[in-house]
Amino acid sequence: MARAVTTQHKTIATVAAWIVALLIFFPILYTIITSFKSEQEAIQGFNLIPSGTFESYTEVQAQSGYFKFFFNSVLLSVGSTILALLVAIPAAWSMAFSPTKRTKDILMWMLSTKMMPAVAVLFPIYLIFRNFGLLDSRVGLMVMLMLINLPIVVWMLYTYFREIPGEILEAARMDGASLWNEIVYVLTPMAVPGIASTMLLNIILAWNEAFWTIRLTTTDAAPLTAFISSFSSPQGLFWAKLSAASTLAIAPILIMGWFSQKQLVRGLTFGAVK
Amino acid sequence: MKLRTLTLGLLSASALAFAAHAESITIATVNNGDMVRMQKLTDDFTKANPDIKLNWVTLEENVLRERVTTDIATKGGQYDVMTIGTYEVPIWAKQSWLLPLDKLGDDYDAKDIIPAIAGGLSVDGKLYAAPFYGESSFVMYRKDLMDKAGLKMPDAPTWDFIKQAADKMTDRANGVNGVCLRGKAGWGENMAFLTAMSNSFGARWFDENWKPQFDQPEWKNTLQFYVDLMKADGPEGASSNGFNENLALFQQGKCGMWIDATVAASFVSDPKNSTVADKVGYALAPDNGLGKRGNWLWAWSLAIPAGTQKADAAEKFVSWATSKHYAELVASKEGWANAPPGTRTSLYANAEYQKAAPFAKMTLDSINAADPTHPTVKPVPYVGVQFVAIPEFQGLGTTVGQLFSAALAGQSSVDDALKQAQDAATAAMTEGGYIK
Repeated sequence: MARAVTTQHKTIATVAAWIVALLIFFPILYTIITSFKSEQEAIQGFNLIPSGTFESYTEVQAQSGYFKFFFNSVLLSVGSTILALLVAIPAAWSMAFSPTKRTKDILMWMLSTKMMPAVAVLFPIYLIFRNFGLLDSRVGLMVMLMLINLPIVVWMLYTYFREIPGEILEAARMDGASLWNEIVYVLTPMAVPGIASTMLLNIILAWNEAFWTIRLTTTDAAPLTAFISSFSSPQGLFWAKLSAASTLAIAPILIMGWFSQKQLVRGLTFGAVK
Repeated sequence: MKLRTLTLGLLSASALAFAAHAESITIATVNNGDMVRMQKLTDDFTKANPDIKLNWVTLEENVLRERVTTDIATKGGQYDVMTIGTYEVPIWAKQSWLLPLDKLGDDYDAKDIIPAIAGGLSVDGKLYAAPFYGESSFVMYRKDLMDKAGLKMPDAPTWDFIKQAADKMTDRANGVNGVCLRGKAGWGENMAFLTAMSNSFGARWFDENWKPQFDQPEWKNTLQFYVDLMKADGPEGASSNGFNENLALFQQGKCGMWIDATVAASFVSDPKNSTVADKVGYALAPDNGLGKRGNWLWAWSLAIPAGTQKADAAEKFVSWATSKHYAELVASKEGWANAPPGTRTSLYANAEYQKAAPFAKMTLDSINAADPTHPTVKPVPYVGVQFVAIPEFQGLGTTVGQLFSAALAGQSSVDDALKQAQDAATAAMTEGGYIK
């Protein structure tokens, strides 16, 4: 009897999970479907079966070179993630293993910077970038993406590091390990799942970031978010082209997320039960 | 070895010299059919000017507006040519943010620019932006449904006729709405339409002393007429419909009439995308016999920010992109129907263009019927037909647009919406120092 109830619960949970997953994924799926329609089909209301034309993809590629934007997206998301990890690992280490009475306050303060609307600091940031000659530069944007994602990276790493017993680090110190060796050879290998999932999440966040990447770039450093934006038109129905541009922009990160979902889920739920 | 070093040195020096000579200019633009076409045709410009390289930044209209405003206000120097509208030009020119266009070349023929458009882009008689395409608004209607209703659309209809025709054409059972109008909130969305409409009802945003006028009967008549018309004959959920939504409805045969931008004519008459392409007629925007019609005036124009280091190259490009030669180039490659409309008088005198674009005459008549310097029946202290060319208007226009959109959706009454609009406008004008 108990087994029957458990099976029933499992089935209900599975069906519910599938329904929720489909609901979440549906807008992306419909974007992909629309990208294979003609413009006329795209405006003719809800239809899940496209004619299968590649017309929009051809036009999108002809109108603006996809690969330049793609290259910038890869560079910016990976580069900003590496920078963020270089700053966040020592910060999270010190807060996890040598906390002070203000550590929680600092963490909260860091997180609070994410609560401010980005547009509120648009002008100051724009002026700083202009004065340092960083407008439309990949380095400038990498630093910007690193800064906006840093609070989340530090928080995530801090949570993972807290799960590692302090005694192991103490043992390393007793064996004469220096601070550098302690972080590189003892802490980092133990926190690899956590660091990997933080890295993946940060890459996704940086890849999808649209406010700053559109506003601080023009041509040289513009990533795929600027590519999509260029197909949005207030006067004219170019839904199929916009969908094709969006599909091209999200495809790489979607594929990456698909292959690394185990690590992502493992990292995101790490320590969640405690 | 010496010879090799010398050759390498010479090659590097000449490469450097060429690099120093070649100039690249960055052009910020919106994504619409005409602008995309221009990007495809720039070989013609670069062939004639091999020392100028063109970089394009295409953005969605609102993002573009925000980007170029930020850049020009901070003198960021990211763009050498900016695509801006008739709203920005007078404000930015007065701030000395734009360079006057006085070196467009001997054969440019600036006098050929349609006077109403040139007036909207000039300050103190100087042209600060060159129009790339211009538009007004007019009535697009279904000739077949009009015949079925036993009516004939006059060239210059009144609002009462529009109401009568909309009532007769509405056929809910077959999904036909008598009239489709903008309802989506925004200064460039429903407020573009409603401000232009209010001009024909004798209303105005401000009196000569900048006192808001939403408490006057003319505004009440405008908004009440609009809400009643849309409730009786408009599509469902009209408060979220903008240009694109109404375009989709009209193309699918779900609107008897649509009053919107003249540029829409080329979309609704295109058999590739419109199911009613051969059934569309055009008429001037309606009036109420007060001397002003409910049509607007807009031009996407190319301007040069004062902060650019490449003014000469930028002006060469602006001259090419807005010249008569460019219209001929488009015609030779893609036909006269695709020539950028609404900017040059000579285009409308061209028999081939008239033949290719049946809406040409009505477009020109609509543009000529708009006067941005005297937009209203009563005198006003501002310039602009469907907007008020002051920096505060973007924010205020959108706030009022939200209030009027809520009235259309039935979330508030017309009286409440007008009272709140009056309060919001009074607060904004007081804060801006226009009134005490």
